[in-house]
Amino acid sequence: MAEHSVKKTVRKRIYTAISAVFWLLIWEIAARTIGSDILLVSPVKVLLIIAELVSEADFWRTLVFSVPRVILGFGAAVAAGIAFAVLSYINDLLNELISPLMTVIRATPVTSFIILALVWISSRNMSVLASFLMVVPVVYSNVYEGLRNTGNKLLEFAHVFGLSRYKKIRAIYIPAAMPYLASAAGAGLGLAFKAGIAAEVIGIPAGSIGGKLYEAKLYLMTGELLAWTVIIIIISMVFEKGMKLLMKRYK
Amino acid sequence: MDIRLNNISKSYNGSYVLKDLDITIPDGAITCIMGPSGAGKTTLINIIMGLIAPDSGTVTGTAGRSFAAVFQEDRLIEHYDAVKNVQLVCHKKLSQEIVREHFNQVGLTDYDDKPASALSGGMRRRVELVRAILADRDIIILDEPFKGLDEDMKLKAISYVKEHASGRTVIVITHNKDEADALGGFIVILNNIGYNKL
Repeated sequence: MAEHSVKKTVRKRIYTAISAVFWLLIWEIAARTIGSDILLVSPVKVLLIIAELVSEADFWRTLVFSVPRVILGFGAAVAAGIAFAVLSYINDLLNELISPLMTVIRATPVTSFIILALVWISSRNMSVLASFLMVVPVVYSNVYEGLRNTGNKLLEFAHVFGLSRYKKIRAIYIPAAMPYLASAAGAGLGLAFKAGIAAEVIGIPAGSIGGKLYEAKLYLMTGELLAWTVIIIIISMVFEKGMKLLMKRYK
Repeated sequence: MDIRLNNISKSYNGSYVLKDLDITIPDGAITCIMGPSGAGKTTLINIIMGLIAPDSGTVTGTAGRSFAAVFQEDRLIEHYDAVKNVQLVCHKKLSQEIVREHFNQVGLTDYDDKPASALSGGMRRRVELVRAILADRDIIILDEPFKGLDEDMKLKAISYVKEHASGRTVIVITHNKDEADALGGFIVILNNIGYNKL
């Protein structure tokens, strides 16, 4: 059984590697066919640019500026999303108040918020707000759904035995909501990076990843643009992986 | 204080499950409720536990008293192990040793640290039984507590209930006359023959 599982894992990794090589080849062929670094830079060149960027202190300063802000927005959204979901679950009136607000936040284009919010807050912290707004309705709706799907049978058991609120939360509600929260957080982290960096591109705070993307676009530096894009994807994936491990550990 | 059900009626979808029922369940004794399927046994105990309200009639003798139960279908916290499932319902922290000793009394072994979801039906039933006893509540309700147990295990479980239920109000639902006889105490037979359609 274990051997079968190992074989399956190895096979999956091989397939992933084949897929990555396949798409990199397509990219390389497309870049060579087009033959213009302004339109499309080859993956090898992008890799060289990334290597060059990584060796500069400015690169790390840029990461230190942007990444914590996105993570801060994400973390605040997870906390607020859980709080809103709990309030909605325990009180129908609060649900009537919170639910439409979440629908509006979800439906409003994040760029509208960003442009509007530029009037209220400094562009340096715009990515915090953008990440927050993008993630909060996702966490809210998932956790609320999880709480609503808490098994009635178990709640009846808790009621009959007169379990304390603390025990009910720990033994019944958290395990019921956790898979929903994990799924929301997984999807939300990617969204947080997308929205956060988009906010930086609009607000152009100095020393941010979004600022670098904007500069690259302004001076038609397609290589840098793609390099920073790849870097954002990698950072996002690293955090997603870290969060998955965290959730697994909790479980 | 005895539990009294006065003139209790309950219907579902236009059909009576219980009609004008008067029962007294004596305090500090075992009472077995028997009857054919659909006679309203589970409905009756759900009314006693306050999980459902009767259409008419009253229940006295339960106010301010605490309950423990083995439900008709298992209600364990699936990711908790057997010991933790029992400890969860105890007001005071109960040592693992005490819980394990009680598991031994009902012939429950090999549960280790497995989550409840990994236990067999018979093992889960016995965890529920020990949980109901060790919860130390005023009224213990056992809905088919020996379901799925083989004869040997059933005898162990019955003597476990008799030993630990002494002096406590215990209501047991069973289809099996031998189980009721072995438990001793009072027997109430519910019979829905003659209940009228609404």
